[in-house]
Amino acid sequence: MSNLTLDPLLLAIAAPLALALAIALGLPKRWSVRLAYAGFGLPALLALYVWWSYGAQVQAHGYAFLSSYSTGLDGLGIHLALGLNGISLPLFVLAGLVGLAAGLYAIQSGAERLKLYLMLLLVMQGGLMGVFASVDVFFFYFFHELALIPTFIMVGIWGGRDRSYAAMKLTIYLTLGAMLSLVGLIALYVKSGANSFDLIALREVIAARPLAETVQHNIFGLLMFGFGILVSLWPFHTWAPLGYGAAPSSAAMLHAGVLKKFGLYGLIQIALPLLPAGVAHWAQVLALLAAVGNVLVVGLITMAQRDLKQVIGYSSVMHMGYAFLGVACFSVLGAGGVVLLMVAHGLSVALLFLLATSIHHRTHTFDLTQMGGLAQRTPVLAAFFVAGTFASIGLPGFANFWGELTIFVALWKFSHVLTVVAVSGVIISAVYGLRAAVRVFFGPPTGAFAIVAAAHPPSDLSWNEKFPALILLAALLFIGFWPQSLSAPLNATLTAVYTAAN
Amino acid sequence: MDPTALQAIAANNDWVTIFPELLLGCVALVLLALEIVLPVKYHSYLPGVALFGVLAIIPSQIISLRPGFLLEGDTFNGLLHQSHDSQVMRVFFLVTAVLVCLLGTVSLAKQRMPHTEFYHIVLVVTAALMLLAQSNHFVMLFVALETVTIGFYILVSYFRTSPLSLEAGLKYLILGALSSSILLFGIVLLYGAAGNLMRPGHTGSPMNFDELAGFLAANPHNFLAGVGIVLVLSGVAFKIGAFPFQIWVPDVYQGAPTPVTAFLAVGSKAAGFVILLTLVRTFSAYAWLTLPILTLMAAATLLFGNLAALTQHNVKRLIGLSGVSHAGFLLLGVIAAATVPMAFGAVYFYLFAYLIASFAVFGVMAHVAGPNDADQEISHYAGLARERPFLALVLAIGLGSLAGIPPLAGFMGKLFVFIGVFESGHYGLLAVAVVSMVISIYYYFSWIRAAFFETWTPPANAEAVSPRPALTPVTVPLFVMLGLLAACTILLGFYQGPLGDWLAAR
Repeated sequence: MSNLTLDPLLLAIAAPLALALAIALGLPKRWSVRLAYAGFGLPALLALYVWWSYGAQVQAHGYAFLSSYSTGLDGLGIHLALGLNGISLPLFVLAGLVGLAAGLYAIQSGAERLKLYLMLLLVMQGGLMGVFASVDVFFFYFFHELALIPTFIMVGIWGGRDRSYAAMKLTIYLTLGAMLSLVGLIALYVKSGANSFDLIALREVIAARPLAETVQHNIFGLLMFGFGILVSLWPFHTWAPLGYGAAPSSAAMLHAGVLKKFGLYGLIQIALPLLPAGVAHWAQVLALLAAVGNVLVVGLITMAQRDLKQVIGYSSVMHMGYAFLGVACFSVLGAGGVVLLMVAHGLSVALLFLLATSIHHRTHTFDLTQMGGLAQRTPVLAAFFVAGTFASIGLPGFANFWGELTIFVALWKFSHVLTVVAVSGVIISAVYGLRAAVRVFFGPPTGAFAIVAAAHPPSDLSWNEKFPALILLAALLFIGFWPQSLSAPLNATLTAVYTAAN
Repeated sequence: MDPTALQAIAANNDWVTIFPELLLGCVALVLLALEIVLPVKYHSYLPGVALFGVLAIIPSQIISLRPGFLLEGDTFNGLLHQSHDSQVMRVFFLVTAVLVCLLGTVSLAKQRMPHTEFYHIVLVVTAALMLLAQSNHFVMLFVALETVTIGFYILVSYFRTSPLSLEAGLKYLILGALSSSILLFGIVLLYGAAGNLMRPGHTGSPMNFDELAGFLAANPHNFLAGVGIVLVLSGVAFKIGAFPFQIWVPDVYQGAPTPVTAFLAVGSKAAGFVILLTLVRTFSAYAWLTLPILTLMAAATLLFGNLAALTQHNVKRLIGLSGVSHAGFLLLGVIAAATVPMAFGAVYFYLFAYLIASFAVFGVMAHVAGPNDADQEISHYAGLARERPFLALVLAIGLGSLAGIPPLAGFMGKLFVFIGVFESGHYGLLAVAVVSMVISIYYYFSWIRAAFFETWTPPANAEAVSPRPALTPVTVPLFVMLGLLAACTILLGFYQGPLGDWLAAR
């Protein structure tokens, strides 16, 4: 890249990281907070800019904004290659928007040791932008880990109940998942003979010389379980509700909303196009685990939860089941549905985690049996929460609807029985979602909360809390009413990549 | 002997090539002389003299790595062999010496001990380590290795008022002597086999690695040579702390003064791996014998090191056992290097990453330790992040790199080793490595957790826990050293620059 125009992708990655470094080197607190607005705002603005101008950009190898930087490992075929295609664009936008909301919510939270908190969030934000902007598979993994480490620390320091145990469990599970997927990626690198981690080069080499069937089976198995653990595939999901339950709100928003999508994104962007025979081999297993495990079993477990954060945590595990089902379909329609659902779920789960914390500030408990009647005192909060719940259930008008609908249509071709199971999951999620909303906001205040509420009447959402929630809700509705803004480039890329693979 | 032959041998004595070692020896002697000559009040400058001496040699070594200046080939009639890799490892040992001396200034200040001899021995051992990296002959190898080992006998028991230090010294002495004799016996068997006039390809100089490799290639299934090879490998396995010769590690690491523990963990282990890489190349005709042994050894070392480290409370024992597991990872690289040339670079990069991260951790340990150097518990790290954020940050970066967490240098080392192992097709070993890496997260994480996450201890329990010694203030040189180590660990994680070219150019 010799031209002087700034690379928007590199800037979106580097700006938060540079700010985090500045804070680490001892920026005073007042400046840290002020500049943090820029650190979270800039990636979001750049994400909107690339979304806006994506169609007008010149595309090379199916990627817009393609650029490459050397880090000294060219000999091993590793270099920082950045670019966006139709699959990564929606997720890049998601990372920018959720990052901004999480950052704004963190700044207004006034957490203890706020500087360190913001620094870790900025590192996470930089990593997240990098995950979805990377064309090089090595850096795709690398940025994921960069974003993952702050999560462990944030759970450990600012976490709630059982934080020490939760941080440890999170670390061990996610390291195992990351290591398995790393071995899978190394296997891809060595076995393809491309001697490069660059996804474009890998695609070309494998298109010319497809991998042997057994090799594909083995590598896809590694990637499926490696990425699967990271996305909380049943029965490796137990870290998720525990971790989200303990995580501070902004960390939970960024992890559940964006970072967790890494594994699904890896499956759709890397594994499916490169390993078609591997997918065919494992599709039955994956679909069965997802439909019975994630959707049905975890769905029923969610219904039994009494803790608001656990409900949201488990529901997020359950919704990942739909995404896995879409992956198992191995079709343009299925994969497209997964990407739409990933964006929609990312926005809605981040919104719900944000509101859950706001509810906790007013009730001082997450226990659903100890609340009630909050809607009379805090109508705006109630409206937001009910909207978030509707989005999460998948009501038309919200982005989630399109994702789930597309997946169900694709799934019908794959298996009728599993489609019935999956659709019944929607009823389950309606039951627990609406029940949680009712218990928090309607009916008379129960138990200890009645006394607390009488003594200190809870106030409604302040603008500082409303604004991040508004960003997320607006994005959900925008995509809900105009899904084509994402699905057009998505469809173009998926058709090109998947027809080449088949 | 024919005088012209002696002349030819003497002409090959290229003293310039071992200039750094000679200089180190001179600085070591000057230190002793200065201690006698100078009045006591000036003795506090002596560590500075040692440091300055080593620091002055490093630039000349780095210059000699440039293409035009690189010395390559055999010198001293085949006793030494200089190559690009051996030059790089000489820089490695010099850097190690600087860091050990700096740690020495912290740890020795807490003891009432003569100080100068410590630096003297460190310099002599460093010179021997550097010779070891270039040795191309069993006589050279054994003499250099014994110089190192004898130096360590003294260093390990340097805190002679501490019973644990003395115990460690005794254990290291007995087991070290045993391993030396095993190594020597192996060398003698190889000498006997390769010098046998009845054998094809016998040689007049069977101790020379090149000659020996030629003999082994001509006799790929000689029983005597096979026994010799196994014994030599066992002797080296003791130095690197590989299973089943790792049993001395926890006790000796705990008893030895912290700088010496660091020196053992990094210097001694790196020397062992340099030898091992040379020997694996020499014994390549016996790969049918060495590879299965090394494979079993690597798997057992990885599992033992990580599982044993899980239950440790003393950080010196913990870092010792984690060092055993690192020896396992490095062994993976050595095994891969037998078939994949790229793995040589992986081992060297791993060693550098290990050097930087280990000294970051040891540097923090030296500051947290009290007057009783052997008593360093994980519980002593509670609240470190609040009291000394700088030390806690360095500790977290060092431990993260040892655990192999991206974006730190240790991760890149592990990645390169994994790529090498995968290319060489040892999938089973890779699975063991992945499992042990996940296990290792647990104990590294508990250490970080102790330093960072506030936990409330019930008052009844507080008496049972031994009270934490006061933290040592960080002096300017140590601040610079720890800051540089932490920065390098992060930087090497995502920008390898020229090092990357060196790695890939194989």
